[in-house]
Amino acid sequence: MTRRLLLLLLPIGFVGIALFLYQGLGRDPSQRDSALMARDFPAFEASTLRDANRQVDQSLLTGEVTLVNVWGEWCPACKQEMPQLLELADNGIRMVGINYRDTREKGLEFLSEFGDPFEVNVFDPEGSLGFDLGVYGAPETFLVDADGVIRYHHKGYVSPEDVRERILPEVEKWR
Amino acid sequence: MALMRWVFAAVLLTLAGSVVAAGIELREFDDPVMEQRYRDLTSSMRCPLCENQAIDDSDAPISGDMRERVYQLLQDGQSDIEIINHMVQRFGEYILYNPRLENRTYLLWGLPIGLVVLGMLVVVLMVRARRNASAKALSAEERARLDALINRERSS
Repeated sequence: MTRRLLLLLLPIGFVGIALFLYQGLGRDPSQRDSALMARDFPAFEASTLRDANRQVDQSLLTGEVTLVNVWGEWCPACKQEMPQLLELADNGIRMVGINYRDTREKGLEFLSEFGDPFEVNVFDPEGSLGFDLGVYGAPETFLVDADGVIRYHHKGYVSPEDVRERILPEVEKWR
Repeated sequence: MALMRWVFAAVLLTLAGSVVAAGIELREFDDPVMEQRYRDLTSSMRCPLCENQAIDDSDAPISGDMRERVYQLLQDGQSDIEIINHMVQRFGEYILYNPRLENRTYLLWGLPIGLVVLGMLVVVLMVRARRNASAKALSAEERARLDALINRERSS
């Protein structure tokens, strides 16, 4: 009797492991959480895109829930998501941009052509702030709460559905 | 024939050119040990963008940044573990080809060992069961039957 039971355990164990491995197979490896989730926004010091003499640091991101968008003029998806970002800003959400691996000239050109939903843009031509944020391609969007802690991360293009179904609820949640 | 040779040479040259282009910046190391550490570190980290390439042979801009950072941290005298932590803090456990042993990865590292131990246990149990079965003493009835069989064999 125990022998039967033991023999039955083998196929059950096999199916268990197979199911466990199978659900990993269907996952999209590009949709993984940022390593900075629930951590403080990294310390930085940089000038702003519009004013080379104005210095900002991480205290820029405390006091209010803020959406931080990493963008560059060279990034096509950044242009496509601009209408959504403008709409978010119209909804009264504080937006801060990080101009990533770009030049001042091109960055400003981009803003005058596609609109500027950002209260301020941090100028990050070397991508060093981006590096500390674990950014490996633009666009990326981070939600930072009033204490300067990263609460949500969106990799890639922000679609109108993403705004409605993910970003707005997250902003409400952390306000 | 000469044309063929030319075409062949051109193809080879193009291929060689692309290999060189994919090849990565030249770095100067005073210390061969540090150079080896640089190679080991950059070949053990996965490019976060390109998914199945180590950062030491990837053309993605982020891989270049990561190599640069590894190089700088080595020059600053940081240990391998400090450098790995520095990268994982930013890009996540994902970039390590060899995940570290921690709560989340006990199953990953332990399962193969566990399965081998389980298999060995099954084999040991089977061997023992077989040995016990063959060494079992005959009952009186079996012995009588065996004697009868042997006697019949002899008498015939």
